[in-house]
Amino acid sequence: MADSSSQSIATMPPLDEPRRGNLSKSRIRAAWTFITPMLVLLALVAGWPLLRTIWFGFTDASFSDLSSMQWIGFANYLDYEDGEWYGLLADSQWWGAVWNTLYFTVITVSAELVLGTIIALTLNANFVGRGIVRAAILIPWAIPTIVSAKMWGWMLHDQFGIINHLLMTVGFIDTPLAWTADPDLSMWAVIMVDIWKTTPFMALLILAALQMLPSDCYEAAKVDGIHPVKVFFKVTLPLITPAVMVAVIFRALDALRVFDLIYVLTSNSTETMSMSVYARQQLVEFQDVGYGSAASTMLFLIIALITIAYLYLGRKHLGDD
Amino acid sequence: MQILTPQQLRIKRIKHITTRAAFYALVVAIVLFSVFPFYYAIVTSMQTSSELFEVSYWVEHLNWENYQAVMGQSSFVSSIGNSILISTLVVAISILFGLTAAYALGRVDFKGRGPILTIVLGVSMFPQVAVLSGLFEVIRALNIYNNPLGLVFSYTIFTLPFTVWVLTTFMRQLPKELEEAAIVDGATPWVTIFKVFMPLLWPAMATTGLLAFIAAWNEFLFALTFTLTDDQRTVPVAIALISGGSAYELPWGIIMAASVIVTVPLVVLVLIFQRRIVSGLTAGAVKG
Repeated sequence: MADSSSQSIATMPPLDEPRRGNLSKSRIRAAWTFITPMLVLLALVAGWPLLRTIWFGFTDASFSDLSSMQWIGFANYLDYEDGEWYGLLADSQWWGAVWNTLYFTVITVSAELVLGTIIALTLNANFVGRGIVRAAILIPWAIPTIVSAKMWGWMLHDQFGIINHLLMTVGFIDTPLAWTADPDLSMWAVIMVDIWKTTPFMALLILAALQMLPSDCYEAAKVDGIHPVKVFFKVTLPLITPAVMVAVIFRALDALRVFDLIYVLTSNSTETMSMSVYARQQLVEFQDVGYGSAASTMLFLIIALITIAYLYLGRKHLGDD
Repeated sequence: MQILTPQQLRIKRIKHITTRAAFYALVVAIVLFSVFPFYYAIVTSMQTSSELFEVSYWVEHLNWENYQAVMGQSSFVSSIGNSILISTLVVAISILFGLTAAYALGRVDFKGRGPILTIVLGVSMFPQVAVLSGLFEVIRALNIYNNPLGLVFSYTIFTLPFTVWVLTTFMRQLPKELEEAAIVDGATPWVTIFKVFMPLLWPAMATTGLLAFIAAWNEFLFALTFTLTDDQRTVPVAIALISGGSAYELPWGIIMAASVIVTVPLVVLVLIFQRRIVSGLTAGAVKG
């Protein structure tokens, strides 16, 4: 046994350069063979459609007949005719949608961050029934957005909804509120449902970050008798910030393209219309592919800009440390 | 050690009890906040249409009328079939393409790896509506409009980048010796992936597969735009389009029954799977 193994090592040719070169060359060839199908699929499903959307934005294409279209330059974006400005950039409804989306994003992501941290800290403690609670908070996450929009739509129903019933029993309100129809309330209804739906995601990511923390700093803090609140702000928070920032950017990108929830809960109301809802309404309902594509392109640019700014600031911030 | 007077001890004990009570109140609040809407959907789904006018907090009697009504609609049943077919195919395609691409991106050093990973990550951040009109054109050209295959195709835009990204991370953590042994044995990369790496990647594949399944099952915008007839719809679109006599008298009992039907399998899946995710996380935390 020992002989044969030593012999096999002896007879094995040394890994000289040409052989290794061949091996790594064939590996690289194999790598490209494996990557190409994925890249082709992504190009077909994402790259090319994006380019076409940008192109459509400069034409007067219509949804029923995409073949006959004409190049109209920037007219979908901005056009001056007979002393009046037309186009996306002059459309107050579009700017309303931009504002709604940003407002929705900032409020929901901040609220989810705070609530998610509270839930994560709770789950990080040791207590009876922790597993059940962790399972329970996954339920909102698992429910399809459409279903949660319908469920909350029913709970927020102006006449028979349980939320109005509860609030009236407690005495907070005298008359039922029209949550999804009242212009002053509908955005808050949307925000509330989104917070309910996506806080679990945030909580689980923060919990994962919390569980990675070294326990020795906490032992040291405990020995020194430092107040837990102070420990949280001075030790825990700085340590989990990088992981939390990743969660925040994922949630923010998701919130910026929100569609399903708003479409189902408040349909096409202008008070809650997001950029995605606006673009789809132009594209499909008004059949105006040119104009709708211009709006989609703007949405893409806004999200890309925010992402790049975030990555740039993140890198700069990390560089300072 | 400091000696406490009986009074100080009592104060300390009261303080301890109140913190405990406050903590459990918080726990109960979290559970109620998470579970109540789904629970209330179940309650509503068991009510007859006249009972809907009264708010009730409990299931008073088991009444399956709404479930029978929903399952009696052939279009709803076919939408469940469509959703199962589409989600399963999406998972299969994403895992197959994701696994092979992850091998290349995670195990082989070659020029262009960094840019490809950036592209993949970039695609996962695409707003879906930004590709809507272009994708509509591609789907029409491929002749898969109003067809489940059109949705399978379009869903890879969000499942594939995510699968590639996660599997690459896992692929990278596998020991190098395994692959070297396979190469010495003369295994082709194809064999290496499916005979050596795949058995080790089951947990990662199960996680990504389940997440891709849920994402495909829940998708709404593409399903709404790329299907036309009721028998080609997926479940979320079917539920969103359930309507009554007018916008003001939606059949809430039936909508809730349909919601419960499509959500229960998902909740069960997640609850079974949750233990695995959590144990993975805690194992990492213990080692860390």
